[in-house]
Amino acid sequence: MKRRLFLKSAMAGSAVATAVGAGLLTPSMVFANSAAFKAKSDSAAASAAGAGKGSFKFKAPKIAENGAVVPMTVDASKMDGVTNISIVVKKNGTPLAASFNLTGAQGYVSTRVKMGKTSPVVALVTAGGATTAVTQEVKVTIGGCGG
Amino acid sequence: MAKIKLKPKARKGVIGIKALIKHPMETGLRKKKGKVVPANHIVHMVVLHNGNTVVDADIGSSISKDPYFKFNVPGAKGDTIELKYKDSKGKTGSATKKSK
Repeated sequence: MKRRLFLKSAMAGSAVATAVGAGLLTPSMVFANSAAFKAKSDSAAASAAGAGKGSFKFKAPKIAENGAVVPMTVDASKMDGVTNISIVVKKNGTPLAASFNLTGAQGYVSTRVKMGKTSPVVALVTAGGATTAVTQEVKVTIGGCGG
Repeated sequence: MAKIKLKPKARKGVIGIKALIKHPMETGLRKKKGKVVPANHIVHMVVLHNGNTVVDADIGSSISKDPYFKFNVPGAKGDTIELKYKDSKGKTGSATKKSK
C-alpha cells in the first residue's frame, strides 16, 4: 500500500515538474511575441508625433479613478475608408494598447484600457492612407487623493 | 476556459457588436508575493462577419482585464458574427452568434 502511495505521489510530483517546465518555456515565446509588438508600438508612437489633427471624436474620461479600467471610444464613423484605429497610452510600459485593422467595418471602436499613471492618450485613425491623431490627457487618481 | 460574451445587434443596417472576453490579461510585469506573474494576455483577435474578416486587431498588454470591445459593422439581422482570439500562451478561443 505504502509503495503504491509513494508511486502515486511521485507521479503527481513529476506532473508538476513538467508543468513548471512548460511555464519556464513560455517567457521566451512571450518575449518573441512582445518584441514584434514593441516594434509596432514604437512605430505607432512615431507616427503619432507626425500625424496631423484628426476630425474624429475620441472619448476618454478626463479623470479616471481606477487606472485598471479606463473606457475609451474612438468614433470616426463619419470618415470614409477607415483602415486602422490605434490607441496609444504614452506613459505606459508598452504604449500601444491596441491596433484594430478594419476592413468593411465602420470606423468605430470602444474598449477599456489599463493606465499606470496620468498620461496623454493618443487615438490614431488611418483613413485613405493618411493618419490623423487626437490627443487627450487622462488623469489617473490612485488612492483617491487626486493627482 | 475563457468565456466569451458576444452580442451582435442589428439596427438600421448596422450591426453593433459587443464582446466581452473573460481573460486575466497579465502583463508579465506584475508581482505577487515577490514572484513575477507570467504574462498571459490576448495578442490577436479577429471578428468575422458572414465569414469575412471585418476587424483584425493586435492587442497589447495595456488592455484591461476581461477586455470589452465594441464595433459597428454594416449588416442585417440574422448575419453570423464570429469572434476568435489568441493569447500569448498560444491558447485560442472563439464564439459564434447570429445577429439579433
